[in-house]
Amino acid sequence: MSLTLSDIGRIANLARLELSPQQSERMLTQLNGFFDTVEQMNAVDTTGVEPLAHPTAVIDHVSLRLRPDVASEVNDRDANQKSAPAVERGLFLVPKVIE
Amino acid sequence: MSLKPIHDMGVAELAAAIADKKTSSVEAAQHLLARARQHEHLGVYLALNEDLSLAQAKAADARVAAGERTPLLGVPLAHKDIFVTRGFPTTAGSKMLAGYQSPFDATVVSQLAAAGAVTLGKLNCDEFAMGSGNDNSAFSAAHNPWDVSRVPGGSSGGSAAAVAARLVPAATGTDTGGSIRQPAAFCGITGIKPTYGRCSRYGMVAFASSLDQAGPMARSAADCAALLTAMAGPDIDRDSTSLDHPAEDYSAALTRSREGATAAQPLKGLRIGLPAEFFGAGCAPDVLAAVRSALSEYEQLGATLVDISLPRTELSIPVYYVIAPAEASSNLSRFDGVKFGHRARQYDDLIDMYKKTRSEAFGPEVQRRIMIGTYVLSHGYYDAYYLQAQKIRRLIAQDFQQAFTQCDVIAGPVAPSVAWTIGEKSADPMANYLADIYTLSTSLAGLPGMSVPAGFGAANMPVGLQLVGNYFKEGELLHTAHAFQQATDWHLKTPQGY
Repeated sequence: MSLTLSDIGRIANLARLELSPQQSERMLTQLNGFFDTVEQMNAVDTTGVEPLAHPTAVIDHVSLRLRPDVASEVNDRDANQKSAPAVERGLFLVPKVIE
Repeated sequence: MSLKPIHDMGVAELAAAIADKKTSSVEAAQHLLARARQHEHLGVYLALNEDLSLAQAKAADARVAAGERTPLLGVPLAHKDIFVTRGFPTTAGSKMLAGYQSPFDATVVSQLAAAGAVTLGKLNCDEFAMGSGNDNSAFSAAHNPWDVSRVPGGSSGGSAAAVAARLVPAATGTDTGGSIRQPAAFCGITGIKPTYGRCSRYGMVAFASSLDQAGPMARSAADCAALLTAMAGPDIDRDSTSLDHPAEDYSAALTRSREGATAAQPLKGLRIGLPAEFFGAGCAPDVLAAVRSALSEYEQLGATLVDISLPRTELSIPVYYVIAPAEASSNLSRFDGVKFGHRARQYDDLIDMYKKTRSEAFGPEVQRRIMIGTYVLSHGYYDAYYLQAQKIRRLIAQDFQQAFTQCDVIAGPVAPSVAWTIGEKSADPMANYLADIYTLSTSLAGLPGMSVPAGFGAANMPVGLQLVGNYFKEGELLHTAHAFQQATDWHLKTPQGY
């Protein structure tokens, strides 16, 4: 199975990336080369094997912990917004979303 | 007797000299900052903040004056630029985070600071830790001090090159698929990736959350042990994957004697497993020769070599390069040009802003991995790729447990070749991925692994011996490496001119 240029366009849109036509061509070649190697996974019989999402499941036989849904950090808006591209009066500015 | 140059001292030596007031933390920091400027051509530092470093050194000297004597007090270290650090920009090697100022410190950074270490600066790395040669850094290539035309390895390339060039006695690194072990091998230094979850990931810019792990890089196993003692331990409230196991004194583990050990054979009874798949035709003969000679030294030290098999070693490449990009595509979706980081100057609407922002600021390798990850997680492909990779991941973890019934430690090469020339693999991403073959499976299983200098290969470039232990066996790995370093001097070799 090979990807096509229209697949590249669809994936780029899902990934919120904008690729030029040349970049799309190069990406297509590279991804198809990559998936040739990935296809060898198909030959492995994994019937009855539980997926391993996280190594803690085999290290400590623990699943991921949850913590209570309470604020644990002090509110420091100025410090947190220092590296924001656009803020005004403590608010993040974004382009208009609703007409 | 005059003191040896500060940059020639390792962590323990420098800490002792500061504690004995033969030098001071301020003097050490000044010396190493001057050295950083002198060797700017290596491209290892992305940021310095001399005033802050000297203020930290002054505070350490005050602790010394008050009578404190602890293993890292006053010792200057540098952090891979993937750890958020107050007072320094944190970029993760990406234009996306150029100039980013974190409001908080990573847990690893604050733990080392609490132990009295001084932060000397932030070290170059591949963008978002994605790469094997540090040539994916958005800011500059980093150079291998053994041959500046070659890569230092990656992604913790700046860390490895800085330690090898004697710019710092030790540095932090992170390892997702080999990013501590491979650059340590390429630069002839010692590095350890602990068990997944042993060091907190809080404040480490995320690449692949089920794989990322912090660890120390230094000249010797003893110095790595001193750092790891301060870095490891539970961080339950801030990292949901931090393991709830108490911190350990890894320095004490170095000299703990094995049952049946003698002075001449400190490793008597240790079974070292050699996976057949690590010693095949895929590994360069010069690397194999150095590794085999290190293994003979281990036999001299009393260890027994056992043949084992890790049958799914080759599969670790597709499994890793499906899982890591999948997690990366999810983690990197936070870079949307709103809360922090780059935002495109011109755009039509919100979606266009996302796309232009991300396409402008992510480098080609990061975009490639986001594309791969997005695809393998997309509807209709999830089962065939992502889920299948996770199933094989469990089989790979089981293979290791099978192997550990026959041996205590697994050994082999870290990488199939010595460091390559800068630019040599840039045009071919697959060539980079294939070179990770010996380090990926350990990461997928979440096991601790390390790289120990084991001699030199082609073009007189360093070769690393990889040691892999079972879960929580960092102490045993460091002990095994330390015994080797007591009998050999590969880890003391310094590149010419440094």
